[in-house]
Amino acid sequence: MAEKDPEKEKRKIKAVAKMKEIMTAYYIDAKTAEQTGKKVAWITSGGPVEPLIAMDIIPVYPENHGAMIGASKMGVDLCTKAEAMGYSSDLCSYARSDISCATVNGGPIGGLPRPDMLVCCTNICGTVLKWYEVQARYFGCPLFILDTPFCHTGFHDEMRRYVRRQLDEYIAFLESAAGRRFDYDRLKEVGRLSIEGQRLWQAVLDTAAHRPAPLSAFDAFFHLALIVTLRGQQQTIDYYRMLLAEMNERIAAGIGAVPDERYRLLWDNLPVWFRTKWLSEKFAAAGACLVADTYTSAWCGSLKYADENNFLESMAECYTRIYLNIGVDEMARMVVDMVDKYAADGLVMHSNRSCKPYSLGQYDIQRLVQERRGIPTLMIEADMVDERSFAEGPTETRIEAFMEMLKTRKAA
Amino acid sequence: MDPLAEFRAAVADPASYVRSATAQSGKKAVGTLCSYAPEELIYAAGAHPVRLFGTSGAERLADRHLQSYCCSLVRGVLEDALAGRSDFLAGVVFPHTCDSIQRLSDLWRLNVPGAFHIDAVLPARLDTASARDYLLDVLRRFRSDLERKLRVSISDESLRRAIDLYNRIREMLARLYELRNENPCGIRGRDVHTIVKASTILDRDRLVVVLPPALQALEDVHECTAGNKAKRVLLAGGLCDHPELYSFIEEAGGVVVWDDFCTGTRGFSGTIDGDGDPLAAIAQRYAERPVCPAKHRGIRERAEHLVRLAKEKEARGVVFLLVKFCDPHAFDYPYLKEALDGAGIPSMLFEMEDQLPAEGQLRTRFEAFLEMI
Ligand code: SF4
Ligand code: SF4
Repeated sequence: MAEKDPEKEKRKIKAVAKMKEIMTAYYIDAKTAEQTGKKVAWITSGGPVEPLIAMDIIPVYPENHGAMIGASKMGVDLCTKAEAMGYSSDLCSYARSDISCATVNGGPIGGLPRPDMLVCCTNICGTVLKWYEVQARYFGCPLFILDTPFCHTGFHDEMRRYVRRQLDEYIAFLESAAGRRFDYDRLKEVGRLSIEGQRLWQAVLDTAAHRPAPLSAFDAFFHLALIVTLRGQQQTIDYYRMLLAEMNERIAAGIGAVPDERYRLLWDNLPVWFRTKWLSEKFAAAGACLVADTYTSAWCGSLKYADENNFLESMAECYTRIYLNIGVDEMARMVVDMVDKYAADGLVMHSNRSCKPYSLGQYDIQRLVQERRGIPTLMIEADMVDERSFAEGPTETRIEAFMEMLKTRKAA
Repeated sequence: MDPLAEFRAAVADPASYVRSATAQSGKKAVGTLCSYAPEELIYAAGAHPVRLFGTSGAERLADRHLQSYCCSLVRGVLEDALAGRSDFLAGVVFPHTCDSIQRLSDLWRLNVPGAFHIDAVLPARLDTASARDYLLDVLRRFRSDLERKLRVSISDESLRRAIDLYNRIREMLARLYELRNENPCGIRGRDVHTIVKASTILDRDRLVVVLPPALQALEDVHECTAGNKAKRVLLAGGLCDHPELYSFIEEAGGVVVWDDFCTGTRGFSGTIDGDGDPLAAIAQRYAERPVCPAKHRGIRERAEHLVRLAKEKEARGVVFLLVKFCDPHAFDYPYLKEALDGAGIPSMLFEMEDQLPAEGQLRTRFEAFLEMI
């Protein structure tokens, strides 16, 4: 066996092993739910998971599964299968790969466990509405839709009333799907844990404000899985405490995610799951660390609306005013705030063919950030799962040109 | 005289038409996107509602704001606005529909000066009591937004007048469809398209005057005997702004007898109850009209509706005309097709981009389909 590079070993985040352990246990739990008599709910990534946890229903995230499919480079095969089923190649590749995967139980973990119910929250896109309708027809199981009106310029009283009422409908739906009464006290506890988990996740991301940043957005893409999947559980809190401690140790020891960090960049949009390693190495080689991103921070972006003493009441606002459910101008303001908070030298945007709510409007955000902070920006054309929408050569050239520009600016 | 002359003029150049119509009427023009825009309120506010379809300008100004994977409708509307071709509008209304219109609203608000801008954030589902109550709340807010922007007050009385007018218009359009259904080869598909499209552009007070003689003229068209041989086709999809496609279908031996378009039957189906609270009655019609795929009302309703229509109209086949990059329709296509297959109704899919493919290729595709059915 080859000698391990001590320089590389030093930079490896140790918590990774624990994280893999937790996720493996979680998927085993989910895949054996039928034997253990537990119910499984498929839920969208922006959906309110806390009531499920309070009901001991196992939440399963097709989008997290989509990320795994992308990372294991099985996306093209599954997307092509969906296209053979009649789904246009212009549709979201998470949806395409999930729809075909369900019929063949393919993918890196042999498919997701069959859902007993589907929970779809429209706060991320209109795609999930259609996607979950497809799955409701396929699996013949009940579907709950939480409709979170889009906040172009604000969150109105009637929106709050509407979403709040639907939370009661959601609870009633779960009671009937699980055949059990809902435990409101348990929800309070789960809500408290959820908020604590989000705070810790935010604290983990915040450590990247240090120079050098102890973790990069590429690390965050990986460690994100728990706050998405197991939000509202004690193990998530324990894990992020451990991760935070490790980040603080790295800060104390001056260990950065990238050796010799010279440039600090922000990332916008979903990861390019099938090229995360390639991209992270490309940027690292040029001395650039992607210190923060708009994607992983979305799972703690609602903290400002959360009330742990009144969780159920505050849920309506928390779940409606999320990053993808607000106007382009407010998104741009948040990006500018991140530029300041993390002292970013540049902005890298992934124009993601799959995701219209995330990507349409990016050109304007790019311009607004340039106007307000005068930093260079780079647009990468890709897709989070479908490799056919990515051209390595041209992307590489653009990254190199962008890094050159940053270098000249720093030198000036 | 051509009884459709005014309709044709409005469709050929909506901007000029509306400019001169509003100069005469003194009304303000308010642009709308999508068939869920509650037009009745705009009319009741004394304004002139105009549905925006967008043209494809050569300037390509929208390319600075929209990636290539955005539908031609959204791109065209933004293109017109950025090029100043929509400056006849006093305001524009964005009903919440799909992810693309949602972002178009933001982009218009941030980049197009002049016209006032209102978002009507409609619910994404229409099948629950809470969604319907919220829909009514949205209409209430829309009413007061319009009142503020147009500096008018919208009385219940004016809403009732609008309801009455829209009911009449929708009845006449339904009559038009029935006429064509009865005599499909006597009435050309593109004429129906022209009338229906113009009905979203013409001053509505004018529309109720010019529609009856147009219908009368079509009623007088001789029943044509070729109808026995031509194959009855139903069109399905979002909207179709390529009327030449109708001619291709007709020349390939088919006749269009009906459609399930938002610029067609979905847009004019449903009568508003004239009694009771007018706003609630308007909300009820929007909740109950044939649903668009961007809105949820059960998981099978659209397929049941389409199959029922196809059978009722004795269609031999269904042609899906889908706008490229339109997610809601693309998601529904496989299950709609499956439902049609199950009912023994053949269908074909045609994806429309900004530019249609070469004519020869188009003809061949329609001919092949019509031969098969
Ligand atoms: S990637 Fe975008 S379109 Fe696809 S599910 Fe996520 S938010 Fe929706
Ligand atoms: S054509 Fe489709 S994507 Fe385009 S605006 Fe209409 S519903 Fe939206």
